[in-house]
Amino acid sequence: MAYSGKVIDHYENPRNVGSLNKESLNVGTGLVGAPACGDVMKLQIQVSETGVIEDAKFKTFGCGSAIASSSLATEWIKGMTLEQAMSVRNTQIVQELNLPPVKIHCSVLAEDAIKSAIADYRRKQRGAQVQSSLGGS
Amino acid sequence: MAPKLPIYMDNHATTRVDPRVLEAMLPYFGEEFGNAASRSHVFGWNAERAVEQAREQVAAAIGASGREIVWTSGATESDNLAIKGAAEFYRDRGNHIITAVTEHKAVLDTCKRLEKSGFEVTYLPVERDGRVNPQAVADALTDRTIVVSIMLANNEVGTINPVAEIGQAVKARGAVFHVDAVQGVGKIPFDVASAHADLVSLSAHKMYGPKGVGALYVRRKPRVRITPIIDGGGHERGMRSGTLNVPGIVGFGKAAEISAAEMAEESKRLLALRERLRLGIEARVTDTVLNGSLEYRLPGSLNMSFAYVEGEALMMALKDVAVSSGSACTSASLEPSYVLRAMGVPVEMAHTSIRFGLGRFNTEEEVDYVIDLVAQKVKKLREMSPLWEMAQSGVDIKSIQWAGQR
Repeated sequence: MAYSGKVIDHYENPRNVGSLNKESLNVGTGLVGAPACGDVMKLQIQVSETGVIEDAKFKTFGCGSAIASSSLATEWIKGMTLEQAMSVRNTQIVQELNLPPVKIHCSVLAEDAIKSAIADYRRKQRGAQVQSSLGGS
Repeated sequence: MAPKLPIYMDNHATTRVDPRVLEAMLPYFGEEFGNAASRSHVFGWNAERAVEQAREQVAAAIGASGREIVWTSGATESDNLAIKGAAEFYRDRGNHIITAVTEHKAVLDTCKRLEKSGFEVTYLPVERDGRVNPQAVADALTDRTIVVSIMLANNEVGTINPVAEIGQAVKARGAVFHVDAVQGVGKIPFDVASAHADLVSLSAHKMYGPKGVGALYVRRKPRVRITPIIDGGGHERGMRSGTLNVPGIVGFGKAAEISAAEMAEESKRLLALRERLRLGIEARVTDTVLNGSLEYRLPGSLNMSFAYVEGEALMMALKDVAVSSGSACTSASLEPSYVLRAMGVPVEMAHTSIRFGLGRFNTEEEVDYVIDLVAQKVKKLREMSPLWEMAQSGVDIKSIQWAGQR
């Protein structure tokens, strides 16, 4: 498989590899894909009080395109609001990394990972609100 | 000392032409350009003489006679000619064919094609070590079985089938026994008599000969018949028409001669290199699994899974080392290796497999370089693998309900 220079760059120098504390209330974690499919992405976001993604980390089991897609996704969403991050589309990743047709699913997975991390963050926030409203009554 | 890069360790895919082979071929691209079928002049006679010498050389490598060798364009054609040719010729005796799920696509797709024209095919499973059980063949044989096709050694994992026992079972029931011997001949002892083989596919470029030339052994005593699949001038005693690739055939002959002469020594050297590679990796990398039998394996073959690291990503990291992977990501199908799956390798482990194929021109320095590189890169990729992180923190990955699980 001949990859674009951008895929190779992200693969060789992945941005934002690592983990955030998944127990933390202001961290959302997305885990998408499956080992049996050959791709698993974990993408985490740390969100500020004003709703801005102030940090993002990823770990990926998958091919070069999957690693590059998740690396790019974390790079992009840092500094975005949750709404902005929700609007990141896999087609933008395909375009930026010049992914061949057989690798489009890698970009889909990265989009899913962002959405899943945001959903997890929102779920936690709602839970916390319920908790605090219950505590206040 | 660092070895010269890139390093070639994909000798199951193809091998480099041995310089001695190239030297033997060169005159046939130049002054000796004749058509071996030209009977009326010295150009043709010289080409024919060279082709007949090569026929003897290739035959000798498998214990056959030159008159039993039919030249083809390569192993895919040999497999097609053997199976389609015998199935067609013996059709009045039955319509049942037996093969195994781990065969090369040239065999499997040929069988699938025959199924469309009324043949019934049994695809035998293999044992966990990748080998076909002779008893399974014996049990599958019926009075309607006309062809059995089982490979000598597997191209993905390098495991060696017990072809002698299988051949015995096949001949006891009178079916034709075809052996795709492409990966084994020249590397391990093989002869048509002890394998009870009727048809044997061979390829030059897997034994340091040129691409684009192969052969099919067709037994004469007792005579085995095949219907040709290419019609034309009646070359190769009518079994395969088409002007012969004289330089390629000369190269094939030389390659077969060298492989037969040097096999004992070379296989010892390759086995030592393979074990150095295997043990070297195992000493430095945890959570690896050897795929396929260790005992019944081609000397230069190593197929290993590296848990929690996807195969294509690892191949990309092993830049300057040519290997291959059973990962889905190396193919357009998105399904991992059907050979590993047939052996019962879990699908997530099949995604992490790497095939190393050592050959005549590999050195100890190269092996040591590759061990070091594999250890470094697996470590790096595991550090960025969520599965490795989970495994290290005691999460049972199998207990997770994965989305999109097939």
